[in-house]
Amino acid sequence: MEILIEGVSKQFEGFAALKPLDLTIPSGQLVALLGPSGSGKTTLLRLIAGLLPVDEGRVLFGGRDATRLSLRERKVGFVFQHYALFPHMSVFENIAFGLRVRPRAQRPKESEIVAKVDRLLSLVQLSALRDRLPAQLSGGQRQRVALARAMAIDPTVLLLDEPFGALDAKVRFELRQWLRTIHDETGFTTIFVTHDQEEALDLADRVVVMNEGRIEQDGSPDSVYSTPASAFVFDFLGRSNQIFGEVSDGLFRAPGLANAIAVSDCRSGPASLFTRPHDITLANTGSGLSAKVAAVHRLAGRVSLDVTIEGQDRSLLVDVPGHGVARPPARGEQVGLELCQYRIFATPPL
Amino acid sequence: MANPPERSRGLTEPAWLRRALIGAALGLIALVILLPLAAVLIEASAAGWHAYASAILEPDTLAAIRLTLLVALLCVPSNIVFGIAAAWAITKFRFPGKNLLITLIDLPFSVSPVVAGLVFVLLFGTQGWFGDWLRAHDFKLIFATPGIVLATFFVTFPFVARELIPLMQQQGADQEEAAASLGAGGWRIFWRVTFPNVRWALLYGVLLCNARAMGEFGAVSVVSGHIRGLTTTLPLQVEILYNEFNAAGAFAVASLLTLLALLTLGLKLWLERRHGESLARGARSH
Repeated sequence: MEILIEGVSKQFEGFAALKPLDLTIPSGQLVALLGPSGSGKTTLLRLIAGLLPVDEGRVLFGGRDATRLSLRERKVGFVFQHYALFPHMSVFENIAFGLRVRPRAQRPKESEIVAKVDRLLSLVQLSALRDRLPAQLSGGQRQRVALARAMAIDPTVLLLDEPFGALDAKVRFELRQWLRTIHDETGFTTIFVTHDQEEALDLADRVVVMNEGRIEQDGSPDSVYSTPASAFVFDFLGRSNQIFGEVSDGLFRAPGLANAIAVSDCRSGPASLFTRPHDITLANTGSGLSAKVAAVHRLAGRVSLDVTIEGQDRSLLVDVPGHGVARPPARGEQVGLELCQYRIFATPPL
Repeated sequence: MANPPERSRGLTEPAWLRRALIGAALGLIALVILLPLAAVLIEASAAGWHAYASAILEPDTLAAIRLTLLVALLCVPSNIVFGIAAAWAITKFRFPGKNLLITLIDLPFSVSPVVAGLVFVLLFGTQGWFGDWLRAHDFKLIFATPGIVLATFFVTFPFVARELIPLMQQQGADQEEAAASLGAGGWRIFWRVTFPNVRWALLYGVLLCNARAMGEFGAVSVVSGHIRGLTTTLPLQVEILYNEFNAAGAFAVASLLTLLALLTLGLKLWLERRHGESLARGARSH
């Protein structure tokens, strides 16, 4: 079902957790709300669910105003970071809960409940564990039960709050792939909250990057990664380097940078150049940036350099391709750097 | 619950000191707990089974037993209802005055039971604030059963709430929120989600509440008026018999209260062993 958020905002004791924002999520999309802690992503998810009342604005489910509807009436499938399974009920009963608590007139027959729960159990690949208690399951299994339980009520939207946050790295990765498959099979409109950019970029159709209660950027994983709209997004998504400088007369100049760079969309004043470690190549000294190698890291067949530039406080990280370079530079050596891709953003006023 | 970490060598005291400390602790327990316990049971049975039975089957004592059971029967269920309501309100909602409410729930623990009894006399006694009104409506509260129930209710109020609040705080509201998102109403959420999570803690609280309700002396003593066969509960009956130099009778009745205590202790131990995980941690302070 399509979800429409219009001018929704939320304050907590005078602190603006969410500034008025708009967001449209088409039916069937898998959307990640990505941001650091305190960015308002979880608040937005709880406002959509009805776990929190909105201060201003409207939430529409499929064109119908749901702002005044309670959590119960919204019929959202909410998955909690710590699963929130009912500990005294079996896996089967946990999943059946949403069907059993329906008013008598709408309650499915016992045989229908069993059939539906069994179908969900096989979807989440837990048929063999249907009679276990939650305490007898691993974290990944519990989260799959939580998802099946949420899907049992045929929710208008699936909302997942840091669904993999409590799991270890390997299980996270497997569960991510699996969630993508489930989504493609079932087609529920799904919104999940995460602070893990890799998870968001890998799993979602669309990534909404949030910071300080605002939406910083909203787009496909490729577009937010390759064309970040702000310094925050560039820095938050993936590894990044920052070179401090200044823009004047449409030119960016920075200590250590041999030639000024022409910029068109950046106002005059203090600014920073952002570039990713793999978008820098080694060149002959004298062109681009001149730098000194401070450290050489060898990690899993990859070589990367820590380089310092005169006049810059922060060192840069440079990836060196394992092949093509006969010999990686040694510590203390002077190297030239060429920037293949970069973005320049004005430093936001304090 | 995890075992306490093994002590490092550096903290180990010499053997003689350990033995002395443990010995002192055991000795003290024997002196102030086991010895009196034995004394009650031995004194009660000293005059023989026949005397014991007749002391207990004495009409005034039977009346005291009946009154004590009635008080517990009225106080414990109302404390269950109010305790759950208070714990639910405090742990599942945010509202102004919440901390004040938590403090007030603890008040009966911090005030002397005698004061608690006196307060009710000042409120409802013949010279009290509502004394005239009560007399006009021909309702006797002080020196009658309602006063005893009221005073006992006041004194035992914290037990259930204090047992549930830490546990429910620790559990948070996630499960209730999940149940609500799945379409369950408030009543159903309570019975199917919250209650199963707190039932053992609730039983624990009820046990302690019941032991106190049956054993309360101070507050009840002030409001009861000690009318034999009418407003004496078991603890008051013990006092009356003892003051009349009827030691055998006093000990016989006291042994009933002692058995109640032992039974409570046994059940409490069983609960802690069997369901320790579902009891509030760190709430073993009373």
